[in-house]
Amino acid sequence: MSNLVTLKDVVKRYQRGKQAVEVLHGVNLQIEQGEFLALMGPSGSGKTTLLNLIAGLDHPTEGEVTVAGERIDTLSGGQLAKWRARHIGFVFQFYNLLPVLSAARNVEVPLLLTKLSSGQRKQNVKAALELVGLADRATHKPNELSGGQQQRVSIARALVADPTLLVCDEPTGDLDRENAEEILKLLQALNSQHGKTVIMVTHDPLAADHASRILHVDKGRLTDSPTRTAA
Amino acid sequence: MKYATLIWAGLWRKKARTILTMLSILIAFLLFGLLQGINQGIKSGLSDTRNNRLWSVNHMSAVSSMAVSDMTRMQTVKGVRKVAHMSFFGGYFQDAKNAIPAFATNIDNFAAVYPELRITPAQLAAMDTTRDGALIGRPLAEKYAWKVGDKIPLGTSIWTKKEGGNSWEFNIVGIYDATPDFSRGPLGSGFWINYDYWDEARLYDPHRVHQFIIQIDDPSKAAAISAAIDKLFENSTEETKTQPENAALQARLKQLADINFIANSIVGAVMFTLLFLTANTMMQSVRERIPELAVLKTLGFSGRRVSALVIAESLLLCLFAALAGLVLSMGAIKVIGSVFGPGRLPEAVFVEGLLIAVALAIVSGLPPALRAQRLNIVDALAER
Repeated sequence: MSNLVTLKDVVKRYQRGKQAVEVLHGVNLQIEQGEFLALMGPSGSGKTTLLNLIAGLDHPTEGEVTVAGERIDTLSGGQLAKWRARHIGFVFQFYNLLPVLSAARNVEVPLLLTKLSSGQRKQNVKAALELVGLADRATHKPNELSGGQQQRVSIARALVADPTLLVCDEPTGDLDRENAEEILKLLQALNSQHGKTVIMVTHDPLAADHASRILHVDKGRLTDSPTRTAA
Repeated sequence: MKYATLIWAGLWRKKARTILTMLSILIAFLLFGLLQGINQGIKSGLSDTRNNRLWSVNHMSAVSSMAVSDMTRMQTVKGVRKVAHMSFFGGYFQDAKNAIPAFATNIDNFAAVYPELRITPAQLAAMDTTRDGALIGRPLAEKYAWKVGDKIPLGTSIWTKKEGGNSWEFNIVGIYDATPDFSRGPLGSGFWINYDYWDEARLYDPHRVHQFIIQIDDPSKAAAISAAIDKLFENSTEETKTQPENAALQARLKQLADINFIANSIVGAVMFTLLFLTANTMMQSVRERIPELAVLKTLGFSGRRVSALVIAESLLLCLFAALAGLVLSMGAIKVIGSVFGPGRLPEAVFVEGLLIAVALAIVSGLPPALRAQRLNIVDALAER
């Protein structure tokens, strides 16, 4: 399989007041197309920063980030926004749905940036909601859905524009074990049955067990050599 | 249009706040429509260049009388077509609170000088044959349910009759229907009596009038004819002050109040306050939605697109409420505007109102829009 993501000598420093804090120290990483990668590590280890760099939410201070053959560390803010719309689907820990919109309207948001007609958008939204098993909840607002259902809507939103890469930041962090398991199985199915490349940040070893590869991040470094698990 | 749902939903995120802000904007633009509508209405009415009437009064004051014979001399000035005169009767019906706008006039000339009153030849003939006759405007007749043939007693604190007493009785011989614009004004509700009858019957100040109304051939020569008339009476004991009707009306109105200054001051203060109110609402609304805006940016909305959504929301809020306020003012001005102006909201005021609403939306929406545009996604998602 070919490399979808390549990080070369990536350094990330933040300015906190007068102090420059280095969060990532020369990270090198390759992720193959179709992988389900779990990034684990304690709080403040730099795993979310690493995810943000791969997802084009932030620029590295040094080094190169290449995703789907494109150097994204050199793109401007506007170019990155367009790139994210085309390539990345996001799943957040706290779902981050727009509370004033119905489930269907929430899922439709990424499609507003495409040239699809209203009818085509509706079809895609329906398909995405069916994929996550929530077609019957299309008109419900987020506050009318359970945590697990909200995360499913969030996954449908992440999938609807058919992104190259699905990035999930603690997707089960706000869910009970039962709901967490369902979400993880859904991500696993998207990876194995639909060929989606998934990168997931998690604290939870049980969640990480669903990935095809687990990497540990500690103090801004990948601490152990990449290990593959039997997914 | 595909963003309409997103914008509309954002607007109604806090329903109570949006409704209250909209109400504030609505009331401000209702006030704007009323004040500017009346102001512009008066201005446009007074700047009618087709008006071919001059008003001539005693130079000392508008309430000082002049000899009725001055009319004959005025008639000799080149460009003068017809001269009418009027004198204030100052009557009331039954109670001093029921003031009646009664004036004594040479009704034939008056009807010719004011064709807008649409007094018919039959009504003039009736006035001619009925010395104590009175012609009244339709709105006045409707107010007191008076009809032709009624004998109306009018009291006056000014004019005593030669035979004694201050009660005068007039016989209604006609009810005229002025043009819609005039019908709403004071002349449309007039109570006109024969000057000759009144002049003979009153105890003092005989053969004197309060004002001449001079009809001229060419409105563009109003200034020159006014000067020529005043020249006729220069250095006499009763110098005249003659000016076009519009200018005279404007001057009289200004003696009451500078409508233009008042209207502009109030509207300016209200709009200034509204700017802060709307800006505060928009700032608060955006501040509460920082994580949501960060999510939009995460999903691929550019900074410019997010700021455009905020501006669009501000535009929707301001234009929707301003439009409602202006439409309401159109209705309100029909009722109360008729006292001062043409009784309708001029189109220019409507357009000006909408432009102000757009400017208000952009100015108040710009700071939160810029904030949304510059939002750092990583910090906003981490709620830093």
